[in-house]
Amino acid sequence: MTPKTFDRGIHPAYHKELTFSLATEKAPLPKRVVIPLGQHVGAPCRPVVKKGDIVEAGQLIGEAVSFVSAPVHASIGGKVKEVAPHPHPGGGRMMAVVIDGDGTDREWSGGADADLDSMDPDQLRKRIREAGIVGMGGAAFPTAVKLSPPQGKVVDTVILNGCECEPYLSADHRLMLEEPEKVLSGLKLIMRATGAKDGCVALEDNKLDALEALRKAAEAMAPEVRFATLKTKYPQGAEKILIYTVLGRKVPLGKLPFDAGVVVNNVGTAVAIYEALGHGKPLIERVLTVSGNGVATPKNLKVRIGTSFAEVLALCGGITEAEGLEREVLNGGPMMGVAQTSLDVPVVKGTSGITVLEAREIKPAEFGPCIRCARCVETCPMGLMPYRIADMGRLSLTSRFKGWDGVSCIECGCCAFICPPKRPLVQWIRVGKIKLREAEQEASA
Amino acid sequence: MAEDKKEEVREKKPEAPVKKKTGLIEGLLVSSSPHILTDDNVHRIMHAVVLSLVPAVAASIYFFGLNALLLVLVCVASSVGTEYLFQRARGRAVTVSDGSAIITGMLLALTLPPSFPLLGAVLGSVFAIGVGKQIFGGLGYNIFNPALLGRAFLQATYPVLITTWTEPGTDAVSEATPLALMKFEGIDVSSLSLFFGNVSGSLGETSVLCIIIGGLYLRYKGYINWRLPLGYLGSIFVFGAVFWLINPEKYPDPIFHLFAGGAMLGAWFMVTDMVTSPVTPAGQWIFVVGAGFLVIIIRLFGGLPEGVMYSILLMNSIVPLLNSWTRPKVFGMAP
Repeated sequence: MTPKTFDRGIHPAYHKELTFSLATEKAPLPKRVVIPLGQHVGAPCRPVVKKGDIVEAGQLIGEAVSFVSAPVHASIGGKVKEVAPHPHPGGGRMMAVVIDGDGTDREWSGGADADLDSMDPDQLRKRIREAGIVGMGGAAFPTAVKLSPPQGKVVDTVILNGCECEPYLSADHRLMLEEPEKVLSGLKLIMRATGAKDGCVALEDNKLDALEALRKAAEAMAPEVRFATLKTKYPQGAEKILIYTVLGRKVPLGKLPFDAGVVVNNVGTAVAIYEALGHGKPLIERVLTVSGNGVATPKNLKVRIGTSFAEVLALCGGITEAEGLEREVLNGGPMMGVAQTSLDVPVVKGTSGITVLEAREIKPAEFGPCIRCARCVETCPMGLMPYRIADMGRLSLTSRFKGWDGVSCIECGCCAFICPPKRPLVQWIRVGKIKLREAEQEASA
Repeated sequence: MAEDKKEEVREKKPEAPVKKKTGLIEGLLVSSSPHILTDDNVHRIMHAVVLSLVPAVAASIYFFGLNALLLVLVCVASSVGTEYLFQRARGRAVTVSDGSAIITGMLLALTLPPSFPLLGAVLGSVFAIGVGKQIFGGLGYNIFNPALLGRAFLQATYPVLITTWTEPGTDAVSEATPLALMKFEGIDVSSLSLFFGNVSGSLGETSVLCIIIGGLYLRYKGYINWRLPLGYLGSIFVFGAVFWLINPEKYPDPIFHLFAGGAMLGAWFMVTDMVTSPVTPAGQWIFVVGAGFLVIIIRLFGGLPEGVMYSILLMNSIVPLLNSWTRPKVFGMAP
């Protein structure tokens, strides 16, 4: 069977060979963690600890204050040094709980939930919410919300997203290869929580060993689970694209996967759900890939949330030194990752990788005039006209930006990647979205 | 003292990463995503197009000799020179090295008859770059294909010279082009001669073979969209065939239409011009089918033997509209 795929998209150099064959290493306990109270889409948490408190690993330190929110937990045991604003890898500063570790940890194993099988969907969602689980593919949407279909919406399919189409990243690949049982258990729990009958793991055909491992595990424990092998192509893992590729269903413009009867979760999220429900372990650590030509020893690492980028990079031999070469450190992969101004930022729940690019692969700062080559139109997976909406964003033509569906841009970066004059199209489209939001707020005020 | 030591230790840690300070915090570069870009750039594309024109230029020199070589050199030099002077005069960055002016010069030369005066070629180049490109704002902003606009200018100013054709291999013997022979005298030239190029005509119209080699190279590099040349040639073929089927005595066969005149050059190097062709698939289809139709209408019923130039220029003028009218369907939009 030929692998499924979608229209358009790009084939960047994937560079996954740097890390995909490296077994995930468990990072030592960090001496200090900085845990931002907002690591997710939605409202930040309210701190429930104060300076000087002694906390243990897994203890709640920030409670969710609204529906679209997820609580945060201490990732190591120790003493709260302060609760103060701290640089956030998503940009800007965010209130964070700083914990000085005392070297204590907790074992997370065994049947903390003997009654798991008897739980109804509401109880499952409640536990997922309490464990602070958010989407671990990078977007960090609170998972419990994602698993709560609105009234009248029926979810029939759960797709586990194991595409990991970002260049350099291989954490999800390793997770599927090394812990297929946990991935499948997580998938079954998500199916129960949503009432979906159909469960499917979707991955790209550059991870066939992971597919093999999952298939083997599924024979014994989840024969009902299907697998979708997809062509290696970017952005194969974008939620709406993925639903179309796997099921042939299109999520209507401006709607959510619920409206197509689907819930999509990242494989890392599935593992976190299994560990939370099966072992009572809140989301306090994650697997991430540290890679890029600027890292001495690229690795797949399992690290505690709140570990600083500097410490994680140090575990990988640090950033390579070369005279006159600039570096760009990204929270995530090179297509959608956020460039960091400091290595003092912590790993958060949505940190799928830390990519360090060297100057020679960093894009040039200068751009030329648009030559109407049509490549951005030909590669936009959303069927937009990027060169045009980018100009509307840049020039603050908000109503035209809206009329040309600029808000539908998923910011995957295909257009800017392929653009011969190197125009920062995604950046301008983001500006357009912000300007439009401002204009609409003004109009409604 | 203790403090100093601590500092030293921290200095040696690998986490103190980049030595060079660039004015940014910690010497890290910060930019908006995506952080990696394709290796392709405008410079590379334009120079590939220049390279792809070499076979056609070589064929013109082979068939028409020194005159052809001089015309190409003069057009390229005066195009590049005009671009340079315009950009200097307007206080803009000089971008002649991007290769786009070289292309305009080469293409303009390829549309001229081999005996065309060099001074006229200079005027045509100045018009092509100055009025065809720089006045609109330079690369990317021009509506019309600059080379064709340059030729249209010469058609208006030197109507006789631009339709004076010499036979390959000779300098002076004047002869009608295959299209003119067809149109005004009802004589057919064999498609095989047209294919290899041993016929009178503009420099670049002479060898179909060499043009296709260049065009396929561009296709191979991914710099042109297959819809444009195939759609253009296909519609010339289809519309030509319609008339040929109606009256084979009066109208030439469709293969002749493809191989004669500027159809090949236009198909591979003029309609495919990125700047002046539509960006959407539907727009591209309308563009090439419309242009192909115009070629046949002008060739068969117009006052000129050749229709490629005006077919493309006319369709160029509605490209901005086509781009707006043929927006692709946004993913998930209601059908």
